[in-house]
Amino acid sequence: MSIRNKAYIVGAYEHPTRKADTLSVAQLHADVARGAIADAGLSLKDIDGYFCAGDAPGLGTMSMGEYLGLTLRHVDSTETGGSAPLVHVHHAAQAIAQGKCNIALVTLAGRPRAAVAALQLKPPDPDAPELQFEAPFGPATQNGYAMCARRHMHEFGTTSEQLAWIKVAASHHAQHNPNAMLRQLVTVEDVVNSPFVSDPLHRLDCCVISDGGGALIIARPEIAASLQRPKIAIRGAGEALKHGMAGKVDLTYSAARFSGPRAFEEAGLTPADIKYVSLYDSFTVTVLFQIEDLGFCAKGQGGRFVSDGNLISGIGKLPFNTDGGGLCNNHPANRGGMTKVIEAVRQLRGEAHPAVQVKNCDLALANGIGGSLATRHIAGTLIMERQ
Amino acid sequence: MSANQTKGPRKIISPQPHDYTKPYWEAANEGRLLVRKCQACDEAHHYPRTLCPFCGSDDLIWLNATGTGTIYSFSTLRVGPEPYTIAYVTLAEGPTMMTNLVECDPQSVQIGQKVSVVFRPSEQGQLVPMFTPE
Ligand SMILES: [Zn+2]
Repeated sequence: MSIRNKAYIVGAYEHPTRKADTLSVAQLHADVARGAIADAGLSLKDIDGYFCAGDAPGLGTMSMGEYLGLTLRHVDSTETGGSAPLVHVHHAAQAIAQGKCNIALVTLAGRPRAAVAALQLKPPDPDAPELQFEAPFGPATQNGYAMCARRHMHEFGTTSEQLAWIKVAASHHAQHNPNAMLRQLVTVEDVVNSPFVSDPLHRLDCCVISDGGGALIIARPEIAASLQRPKIAIRGAGEALKHGMAGKVDLTYSAARFSGPRAFEEAGLTPADIKYVSLYDSFTVTVLFQIEDLGFCAKGQGGRFVSDGNLISGIGKLPFNTDGGGLCNNHPANRGGMTKVIEAVRQLRGEAHPAVQVKNCDLALANGIGGSLATRHIAGTLIMERQ
Repeated sequence: MSANQTKGPRKIISPQPHDYTKPYWEAANEGRLLVRKCQACDEAHHYPRTLCPFCGSDDLIWLNATGTGTIYSFSTLRVGPEPYTIAYVTLAEGPTMMTNLVECDPQSVQIGQKVSVVFRPSEQGQLVPMFTPE
């Protein structure tokens, strides 16, 4: 059964904080839930479906459902890392289409920035079967994405300057966002002259670490029609897993190669139809992979595609992450998926900052890569339409 | 992720074997690299499993690897006081494995370069397979 036009995003809210020293994780989830419910013009008692992932405290939907006082008839704690909110919106649309719930809440929130400062980090799971074959070699997040970047450069001639354009575009957008962590415009030279974090990735190729979060409300078409907010339909969605293929490692593409076509097929659209994209920008190179894998250009052509401001709203052909994205704005709970959907909703509603609002923005795509690009990850693709 | 998460000298975390991976780690302590291979479909895989991820068979053996391979990709993490170089190395037997490149100048290393295995002690003594250019 297709989910096309079976469910609508009726509420969206992003927490303004970027460092939550005194806020608990549960409090952050509750704050964003309240914000999204208010944005939709609904109340807590209207929620009958709830979706959250591993960033939620305790036992996820159970713990937060109790904290919020929800009465639920549908729950989903699908954990796919930073792509979870995209997968959750997909699953919420499926549940709504099947009559399993009427109004679904999705939350994501966390305080990794405050926790790093307090050294409250979760230890790795010793039961994870790959751990003993990876942990001795120090797979930090940065060096995995860096190996993907290096292999892409090797196969396709991609350059550091081309990757830098992705950060430059994000900074052009972030200068208009008063909540963004990095609001200063940067140049290609600034990026390539910043120190290597893990070569070939520089410090300015990396996203920020921030606290905060966000929430979404998904509802049945009749409910969406009765509310005062613009109607944002879910036209199509896709998800896919990519992993190390038991040793047949290929670091030149992401799971978006498979999730993207599924979403486009369901939506009955092609990449040329899309006016705005939100792409999870854990690193500059992550954006490059998604642009190629989603079909906005041919594989290997991403470097050329992102150059010369092509991702800057008002200048380029494919405006992306107009809130500044993870590269400049925020990266709550070390998971970029929620803010990607929220900014796409703002664009479709015409509620983005006027300096970055895409004209006649009726079709938008959001994509997330959850996990790690180099080892194992799940991509979630979502195509939305203003109706 | 930003730079300031790695603090203090790098420790090589010791692997915590599960029962079925003990032969792999015992061989490593003897300076031998093993590869898991399926007798049903003849495919080698990494990391080692109890079921073949290509065909589902449990007819698996440990094969003595030659210990040679080529660099698929690599990166030197420079945050923290002690840089180290992570890599994917494609073994002569087929599978590509995560490892470290050691005893070389990472600036002069290249994708496709031939490397061979060397074993280095982890924090609690267990030897782990790393690679060095031939
Ligand atoms: Zn097999």
